[in-house]
Amino acid sequence: MSAAMAMDLAGERRPLLKVDRLTKHYGEQVGCEDVSFVLYPGEVIGIVGESGSGKSTLLNVLSAQMHPTTGTVDYDLRAQGPRDIFTLSEPERRKLMRTDWGIVHQNPRDGLRMNVSAGGNVGERLMAIGARHYGELRREGLDWMTKVELDTSRIDDKPKTFSGGMQQRLQIARNLVTRPRLVFMDEPTGGLDVSVQARLLDLLRGLVRELGIAAIIVTHDLAVVRLLADRLMVMRRGRVVEAGLTDQVLDDPHHPYTQLLVSSVLQV
Amino acid sequence: MTAMISVTGLTKDFVLHTQGGTVIPVFADLHLEVAAGECVCLHGPSGSGKSTLLRSLYANYKPGAGHIRVAHRGEWVDLTQAEPWQVVEVRRHSVGYVSQFLRVIPRVPALEVVAEPAKLVGIAAEEAEARAKALLTRLNIPERLWTIAPATFSGGEQQRVNIARGFVRDYPILLLDEPTASLDAANRQVVIDLILEAKARGVAIVGIFHDAEVREAVANRLFEVTAFQKSAA
Ligand SMILES: Nc1ncnc2c1ncn2[C@@H]1O[C@H](COP(=O)(O)OP(=O)(O)OP(=O)(O)O)[C@@H](O)[C@H]1O
Ligand SMILES: Nc1ncnc2c1ncn2[C@@H]1O[C@H](COP(=O)(O)OP(=O)(O)OP(=O)(O)O)[C@@H](O)[C@H]1O
Ligand SMILES: [Mg+2]
Ligand SMILES: [Mg+2]
Repeated sequence: MSAAMAMDLAGERRPLLKVDRLTKHYGEQVGCEDVSFVLYPGEVIGIVGESGSGKSTLLNVLSAQMHPTTGTVDYDLRAQGPRDIFTLSEPERRKLMRTDWGIVHQNPRDGLRMNVSAGGNVGERLMAIGARHYGELRREGLDWMTKVELDTSRIDDKPKTFSGGMQQRLQIARNLVTRPRLVFMDEPTGGLDVSVQARLLDLLRGLVRELGIAAIIVTHDLAVVRLLADRLMVMRRGRVVEAGLTDQVLDDPHHPYTQLLVSSVLQV
Repeated sequence: MTAMISVTGLTKDFVLHTQGGTVIPVFADLHLEVAAGECVCLHGPSGSGKSTLLRSLYANYKPGAGHIRVAHRGEWVDLTQAEPWQVVEVRRHSVGYVSQFLRVIPRVPALEVVAEPAKLVGIAAEEAEARAKALLTRLNIPERLWTIAPATFSGGEQQRVNIARGFVRDYPILLLDEPTASLDAANRQVVIDLILEAKARGVAIVGIFHDAEVREAVANRLFEVTAFQKSAA
């Protein structure tokens, strides 16, 4: 019996991501400092904190878009088990990012191909993992446009003709089509007006639960984490000052900074 | 009698850092045991810590010291020591909580709000929705409201949706924070019946009931929270 099976039988859960003492400095400037946590499959974790507290830095390092100064990030690769993502070869890393991971950028322009049709945007990751059949790609494209509530008659239109909210939904479809196990999102509802935000959040909530996707979501909006995240990390000056179940941290905050953050928002 | 909840040495203070570090001691060295089929009513004046204790039993508040053990799938889980994912599991399967006010989720219709906890433990969608409909009917929520998000509902309607959500699953442990506070007599009686039926099934219930009539109908005993106030306070 393999070690993994023995662990499953013992009822132990295997972490998807294990982050150990992660630190990123930009020269003298602290990006993030000494961050450790474990993420299990299907868990959604929110990262909140004031501007400049290191949220995006942490997310960019976790998603291998940037190298840390020190520390490790172990990811449970399907076939090989846990691997430090910074020791992957470039092709291995690229494959991971196109299949098992999704990255939803705050600005849809960073996550979409603006000159490729909506259907093409959704199909790209499928093609990267070997899908070739045109009818199949088209069907998935239509299916995912429906899932994210986009008008399917726009499948041949380019995203630059879409509104901000539509582009964001397309970006989500493009990322989720390969059913990744882990999605990184930096302010997924930033820059959208409030009614569009609510719709997007509701959609994300449904999809993440239905597909059992784990996610790490950076936001400054406590209502967003209340709705989407099982767990919460509060950052300040690069460090995680408080962490725990979302409702625990928001309803019974212990750290002075978290108390300030929670009290400065009227209704969460 | 099978114990379902066992609280030992529980202490809770709030420290308000935004108000000069003011310390609010709520209770200290509190002990409580609740058996299957029993309904314990938390009792005491306003501000004595009833809700704080109830929220601690749901791991919503973090006590400073002590242990909260709850029965979860044939084992004890100590909520003061559990990992977040374990707490999520315990809440999904073993401990239900009806808060005093419904937390409205934008755009999610009432029927779905009620059916969701059942779906989350793998009950088929049709079965979950059938249960939700039965409960909403019993609680006199008109059918025309089922497909609407409860944001625009009256206080009493929201509370009944909240109660239906708490009873859609047969949780072995149920925590109720003033479930009848904003209900009329007829609906209050429905809630009393739901609680009595749950007790008969062996559910361990801890509740806060301001209404004496409800309390007398459902509670096996009163638990005085003030008995555990720090004597110095
Ligand atoms: N490329 C960079 N070079 C130098 N310093 C940087 C760089 N990127 C970020 N920083 C600094 O690192 C700190 C953390 O920045 P980061 O972008 O992670 O913050 P954030 O929490 O995402 O803030 P916001 O909410 O405003 O997006 C800041 O002080 C920032 O100025
Ligand atoms: N999240 C919180 N942060 C700070 N203090 C709190 C918090 N929750 C409760 N308290 C304080 O703890 C004490 C007990 O409050 P609690 O809500 O438990 O009382 P209660 O017995 O439920 O009262 P009521 O009958 O009025 O609902 C009060 O002094 C209250 O101000
Ligand atoms: Mg940022
Ligand atoms: Mg109360």
